[in-house]
Amino acid sequence: MKTTCLHSRHTALGAMMSPFAGFDMPISYRGIEEEHMAVRTCAGVFDVSHMGEVTVIGRDATAFVNRIFTGDVSSLKPGQVIYGMMLNHDGGIVDDLLVYKDSDTQYLLVINASNIEKDVAWIESCLDGSFEVTAVNASDSWSELALQGPNAESVLREVLGLDMSELPFYHFRRTEIEGQEVIVSRTGYTGEDGFEIYACASLITQLWDKLMDAGVEPCGLGCRDTLRFEAGLPLYGNELSDTVTPLEASLSMFAKFEKPDFIGREAIVAQKAAGVPRKSVGLEIDGRAIARHGCTVLDVDGREVGEVTTGYLSISLDKSIAMALVDASCAAPGTKLQVQIRRKVFPATVVKKRFYTPNYHK
Amino acid sequence: MNNLYYLPSHEWARIEGNIAYIGISKYAADQLGNVVYVDMPEADDDVEAGAEFGAIESVKAASDLYSPVSGAVVEINEHLIDNPRLINQDPEGAWIIKVEMNNIGELANLLTPEEYARLTK
Repeated sequence: MKTTCLHSRHTALGAMMSPFAGFDMPISYRGIEEEHMAVRTCAGVFDVSHMGEVTVIGRDATAFVNRIFTGDVSSLKPGQVIYGMMLNHDGGIVDDLLVYKDSDTQYLLVINASNIEKDVAWIESCLDGSFEVTAVNASDSWSELALQGPNAESVLREVLGLDMSELPFYHFRRTEIEGQEVIVSRTGYTGEDGFEIYACASLITQLWDKLMDAGVEPCGLGCRDTLRFEAGLPLYGNELSDTVTPLEASLSMFAKFEKPDFIGREAIVAQKAAGVPRKSVGLEIDGRAIARHGCTVLDVDGREVGEVTTGYLSISLDKSIAMALVDASCAAPGTKLQVQIRRKVFPATVVKKRFYTPNYHK
Repeated sequence: MNNLYYLPSHEWARIEGNIAYIGISKYAADQLGNVVYVDMPEADDDVEAGAEFGAIESVKAASDLYSPVSGAVVEINEHLIDNPRLINQDPEGAWIIKVEMNNIGELANLLTPEEYARLTK
């Protein structure tokens, strides 16, 4: 099992640890609910060093990233970050990722930990010799913290001495601390304002220790999932997979159909023309039972129409909600459905997936 | 006289005559974290020793509940519907279901408190 540079910190704090994507990761320290509310109301810090990083460098870097990525990076300015997906030839999602643009010849791709090997193999297979570019898996060189919450900007300034008040949402800055390289972006996975900080293991350890000394709440993957879920953000392996397209995942706004050809474009254009068979939706469940990943979704006549992809008793909203992939005919908000949870069937209603309105810095 | 028995899956049964009160151990409650929902059977449902009869949900996960004894559910703890955290506050007191046993001999298959304590050390 792999570990991050902060592993001994987590165990010393008494974190509940669990395997995730091949890493022994902290699930919670004080408790998922407490950590969740700290991020919603104040600030919390996550060790997300398991995330993968791939650098793409070379004369044709822009053309290559545009070939494998759903978004258009040619129109980005240096210092901008963009969210999007890599698709396979059938339009299925290989991974969802952030692309950091340094210049037309240099990009950093931040990918899911669970997909590092698959993504790197996929990217290499797309390098067919027509692009003058190199792609390097730099995942072992970068550790990462996510500092999230309404107070993240002031914590970053006061505790770590990084004034990012002028940094807009989905932008990043490269800087140095004690001569060591740092990337700070105004991004996150919680539905709150916040930052993601990339540096080498020794510097990330120093920054973590400073944040702990200042009393910042350590947050585990448990609340990372409850927070992203409430904000309607998908998780690869739950909402997204190799057989789900951006149209089905309701992520078509992150696919730039007008730009020059990209892998998977033809398949999703064809799917759009033929009709999208399934849609990712939000569900509000009657009662307090929790519809977990894998629960069957039924229509009012008891016919199977889909499957729950994530579900929780929402901490911020105190009700049972879920995301589900259902037949397109059942996807309209207000549609009455049912969810099978163990032996019982509970009424549910289709609602918007964004259960919690994000408080981004815009 | 000992009237408290355990399953290795962390449920306890407190015996009063031919009635068994069933709950989960402090060890299990601590492992689960805050309980947010308890999925219980209904009165008159049958339960079977070693078989699943419901589930207990924390934020993160659902854990099945197994019955230490066989019999008919005579009552469920309705306080847990509105206040599932009673299980965290007093795990060895907050019973989940009350079962009228139909085979008291099954108790011999269960762990004593001492045996259970050794298991969770």
